[in-house]
Amino acid sequence: MANVGIVIVSHSPKVAEGAADMVRQMVGDDVPLAWTGGNPAGGLGTSFEAIVEAIHRAWSDAGVAILVDLGGAETNSEMAVEMLPEDKRHRVVVCNAPIVEGAVVAATEASGGASLGTVRRTAEELSP
Amino acid sequence: MAESTHNLMDSDRKRRLITRLAEVVIAHADELTALDAAIGDGDHGHNMKRGFEAVLQDTETLSAMALPELLRAIGVKLLSKVGGASGPLYGTLFMTLGKQMPAAPLRGGIADALQGAVEAVKARGKSDVGQKTMLDVLAPACAAFATGNSLSSVAETARRAAEATVPMRATRGRASFLGERSIGHMDPGARSAELMIAAVCEEFGGT
Repeated sequence: MANVGIVIVSHSPKVAEGAADMVRQMVGDDVPLAWTGGNPAGGLGTSFEAIVEAIHRAWSDAGVAILVDLGGAETNSEMAVEMLPEDKRHRVVVCNAPIVEGAVVAATEASGGASLGTVRRTAEELSP
Repeated sequence: MAESTHNLMDSDRKRRLITRLAEVVIAHADELTALDAAIGDGDHGHNMKRGFEAVLQDTETLSAMALPELLRAIGVKLLSKVGGASGPLYGTLFMTLGKQMPAAPLRGGIADALQGAVEAVKARGKSDVGQKTMLDVLAPACAAFATGNSLSSVAETARRAAEATVPMRATRGRASFLGERSIGHMDPGARSAELMIAAVCEEFGGT
């Protein structure tokens, strides 16, 4: 069984890439990982289409956990999940967790073969 | 708009409607961005402009579509081009309208579709009226339309509702981070919703 994949969605490509670097440092290539940041014009913001692509890049049959920063990242991510094909939609979750710590903790959990539910729960334990 | 809009929604009408919607948003882009800069991240106008420029480019294709497909296509365009939270929120509004709008609707059918779309925006944004968001304009304007008010009165309701967001304290969206400091500014999403409602009411006002 493949490990759960991780997607990092920030308003800033630098934040998303930096968080992904920190994840890689922890889990290497054991976890499918993708990041995206920036709006459709390349400024700060998030892009629905780029998030859909990132989910596909980090796809795992075990599911994908998405870590987001602020409002639009969450709303766009939730919309991206809902627009996925039926068979994939139920295997993707948006975690209510801080983006950097959440991504590292979620990926570490995922690298041990944990289920999507466990990966999400572990990340969300970081939120008060 | 008392009777069926079937004859009222020919392709000329659709073209004018799309153009009016897009042009009013584009013309007010700087104002919307300034409102957003005061209490948010200052990108609302530019984001909406980018979305409606893409809509405008497709005016010919869009105006050849049946009304439900047209609305849905505008929603998809806004979703993919706007970014920010307003992309998925306005995307959801138009896509739900497309899903629920009968091809040749009576006023009651339009009101039901509008109500459904407002509910979908609430769900998408996990928000409700009173939080200083676009919903504070969409909901009352939609209710005014449903009760059979004239279109000019619906537009007036939207205008007053946007104005009424000024003294509100934001409890949703990035403006909520400002707490008390969000008071005294009009919500940018409320203003963009008002502008679009006014454009639609103006287009159909004479019929």
